[in-house]
Parts: sequence; C-alpha cells; structure tokens
Amino acid sequence: MTDTSDLEQNPIVAKIRAWRPEAVAEVNLFRGELTLVIYREHLRPLADFLRTEPDMAFTFLSDVTGVDRFPIEPRFELNYHLLALSRRQIVRLRVRLPGNDPVTQSVVPVWPTANWHEREIFDLFGIRFEGHPDLRRIFLPDDWEGFPLRKDYPVEGPR
Amino acid sequence: MTTVQTAIGPEKTMVLNMGPQHPSTHGVLRVLLELDGENIIKAGVDIGYLHTGIEKTAEALTYSQAITITDRMDYLAPLSNNLVYCLAVEKLLGLEVPKRAQYIRVLLTELTRIGSHLVWLGTHAIDLGAMSVFLYCFREREELLKIFELVSGQRMMTSYFRIGGLALEPPVGWTDHVQRIVQRFPSRFDEYEELLTKNRIWIGRTQGVGILKAEDAIAMGVSGPSLRGSGVDYDVRKYFPYSSYDEFDFQVPVRTEGDCYARYMCRVLEMRESLKIVRQALEKIPPEGPVKADAPGIVPPQREMMKTEMEALIYHFKIFTEGFAPPAGEVYQRIESPRGELACFIASDGSPKPYRMKVRAPSFVNLQALQKMVEGHLVADAIASIGTLDIVLGEIDR
Repeated sequence: MTDTSDLEQNPIVAKIRAWRPEAVAEVNLFRGELTLVIYREHLRPLADFLRTEPDMAFTFLSDVTGVDRFPIEPRFELNYHLLALSRRQIVRLRVRLPGNDPVTQSVVPVWPTANWHEREIFDLFGIRFEGHPDLRRIFLPDDWEGFPLRKDYPVEGPR
Repeated sequence: MTTVQTAIGPEKTMVLNMGPQHPSTHGVLRVLLELDGENIIKAGVDIGYLHTGIEKTAEALTYSQAITITDRMDYLAPLSNNLVYCLAVEKLLGLEVPKRAQYIRVLLTELTRIGSHLVWLGTHAIDLGAMSVFLYCFREREELLKIFELVSGQRMMTSYFRIGGLALEPPVGWTDHVQRIVQRFPSRFDEYEELLTKNRIWIGRTQGVGILKAEDAIAMGVSGPSLRGSGVDYDVRKYFPYSSYDEFDFQVPVRTEGDCYARYMCRVLEMRESLKIVRQALEKIPPEGPVKADAPGIVPPQREMMKTEMEALIYHFKIFTEGFAPPAGEVYQRIESPRGELACFIASDGSPKPYRMKVRAPSFVNLQALQKMVEGHLVADAIASIGTLDIVLGEIDR
C-alpha cells in the first residue's frame, strides 16, 4: 500500500472527495490498481456521478464481483470494476455489507450490464439488490437451497 | 423454471424453446422465444446448464493446481484462459516473466485466437447454410491443434502456461511448423472470403441483421469483436497492453454498421492481424533463454538441479506440498480473448490457495445483448445473432 497523501492527489479520488467526502471510507493502491471503499448508501449516487460527470465518464462497467470474508464482519464485499473508454482509465469501487443484512441498491439503472452480474451474485452469495428489474437465480435451478460461493457452503456440495 | 411473460396473450403467440439441445446455440443454451408466426415478440435466455462450480473449486486448490481448471472455461481458447490466470497471479506476486516466455505466450495466444475464430466462422457459416466453410475451417484448425500438441502434449486443454512462464521448453524445430502455418494460412483465409464476403446469400443473411448500436453495446458491457463491429475500438491489447503486446505492430479492425456482417469482417480481419503478430513473434523469440522466471519458492527448479542440489530439492518439496503464498490483496487482470475482455479477479488472504477467483467471461456479458438483438425480428435472424456473438457456454456458466 502506498502513502495515502499521494493518493489524495489522484484526480479520481480528489473529484469524489470534492463531490461527497463522506462517501469514501478508504482509498488504497495495490499493484497499480486504485480501489475506493465506499459506504453502501452512497454507492448508487456515486455510480450516477461517475458515469455522467464529463471528466469522469466511467461508462463501461467491466465486472461486479462478490467476496465472502466469513467469519470477519462486514462479511460480504462487492467490487465494481469501472473503465472510462475515452481516457483508458480504470478504477475499482468496493462496498462492504454485513452478514445479517446483505442488501444494497442495484446499479442496473446506471449500467444495464450489471443485470446478469447482480443475478449471479444473488445466486451464489445470496446478496440482494434493491431495484433490480428481475432478481432471480441465473445458474442454479430456481428451487435450489443455499448459496454455494459462501465460505460456509461445502465445496463438495449439499450431499 | 424460467418462463416468458406473454405480451400478446396465449391465444395469439407460441412460446418455443430453442435449446438447451440445439445445434445452433453453440452449447447448452436455452432461449425462450415467444413467437407470433416467425416474429419474435419476446425472448428470454436461460443459462446454467454447464455450471460446474469452477470458481468454488479454485478456492480448494493451490495457485499452481488451479491452472488446470482454467482450460475448461472458454474451451475454444484454452491458452487465453491459462494466460489471464497466470498474468493475474504474476501481478499479485509482482513477478516478472522472462521476455522469451512472453513472446512465446503471445505467439501461442494469437494462434489460439485464429483457432477460435476458425471455429466461430465454421459454425456461424454452417448455421446459415454455408456447409463447406465449416470443413475448410476445421482443416486449418487441425494444423493449429498439432502445434499445441507439439509444445504442450495436448491438443486442447493445454495448461501450458505456468506462474512465471511456460510449463516446458518447446521442442527443437517447433518454429518451423509455425512458419509453415504462417505461409499457408493467408491463401486459406482468401478462400473463405471468396466463398462468403461477396456472396449474395451471406450478405442477405448477415447485413442489417442483429444490429447493436454503440451506446447500447457499451451500456451492456459488450466487448471484443461484438463491440468493435459497432464502432468502438476497445481492444485490451492496445488499451492495457500485457505480455509485451506493445512491442508488436498490428491493427485492430473496427466497423460501424453494428450488424452480423460487420462483426464477420472484424473477425476475419483479426485472423489476418493475428498472423502478422505470429510472424513478428517468430522473429523476436530468441533461440535460447529461460522460459521460466528465476523465483525460488514460487517457480519450481529444473529437474536436474532438484536431483543434485539440496536447496533446489527443498524448494521443490515445499512448492508441491504447501504451495507458495502471495501477499494479501486483490488484483484484476484483463486480456483480449477472442471473445472480448476476459479478466481474472483474484483476492488473496496470504494463504497458498486463492481466497476468491472470479473470471469475468466476455461471453457471459455479451449474451445479455442477445435479447435486444432478436426481439422484433425473425427466428432465422436469431440464429445469425447467436452465432455472431461467438459465445462459449463453458465460460458463461463456469
């Protein structure tokens, strides 16, 4: 991790701090990748801001990935990988969710590609996305019980 | 099960299941079509028939062992999967791969791109009725599979790349075989173009079909030739070069019409560009040099050293029993696979097994665009649209 004072000079960090300083919990840089940890209530407005603000223009959402940190709380982590095509710039947003309330707002209205990514995370982790147009399982049968990518789900399966 | 909400009503329309067994869905894909005659009123996509829990399995394997399960995701471009995973772990470790290994990786990955596009072209053409093209494409692909078998021992599931370089030194004289391919293929590509590019039937079946506008494509996260056919020039090899791609001179074909024909042109031209890269790689690869990084504790020592030196023996033992532990942290490594942006996200907790390995599969994201491409059009055009997206169910479902 690098010295956080340089990171505050980073244009993306500075822009977000200027927009809403209380949205950012943490900033870090590892192997050249910038990650901003955001409080979950600010995720959706920040998504809108990052896509529409002219000098941010993060119009391409590459991927949304869930991680289960069980038994550490907050248990779940969501990583959003964004790309600004015009500037060839990438950034990662991270949101942490508690194990007893794994729910956050969907970003489908901002980046429609999130539709299937959020369904996959719901299917395999059990995290719910409020405002998702069609939140249901995507790989597993509709009547499957349990969330396989959770750390307390056996790798051999339910049998 | 998945059902389609009927728009007009059960009396006027019919819901038809296309798949999961269907020769034109290119895998176990189920597309639910609500039809009014031949017109598709609504379409729904159902996947998961090939879900085998690869990401969960990776959490139970060491970083080296996990290479072997990456082959089977995008099974038409196994070396691309190997590459993205190895690059991600090397990034996590901060490990530098020797140039010779990097150039060989580029050469083999570009041959993989050609092989994958040959399958795409053959199957897409045969779906639309051009049956001979399928046989010709597979004839060429056979040459490529022979090369993969020559270097790795395997035609398809190669697992030839390792953390730090390649698995083995390629056999003496292998570049002569690649040279023959570089000489023979251009005229073969000309043959395919002669059969299709100006063919009235081909043009009729692909021009104006499966239109995807640039803003929609970006909003849906579409990447690869499916995006470049709509006018956006995003190619990871140019935007975020990896494995020394910035040292190679090649173009990225882009078209603006956004229809099946545009994507066809992009991929055919890409095959020619890949041959250019292979030609350059043949000149760049030094005849001698290491194919693995010198990183004791991570990259296993040479077998002769392991048999004679005590330190090498201990490293070998530790690597194959405990594995190696990268620092804790997360990385996201992207590459340009034949289908688009293929990326590997690895979260490490400092243990020898990946805490979380997520593969961002381009086909998974691109398939979302299918609904928009087929609704309001004919069933026959749905076949063309599925083919043009070049999907592989192995990476969609993982």
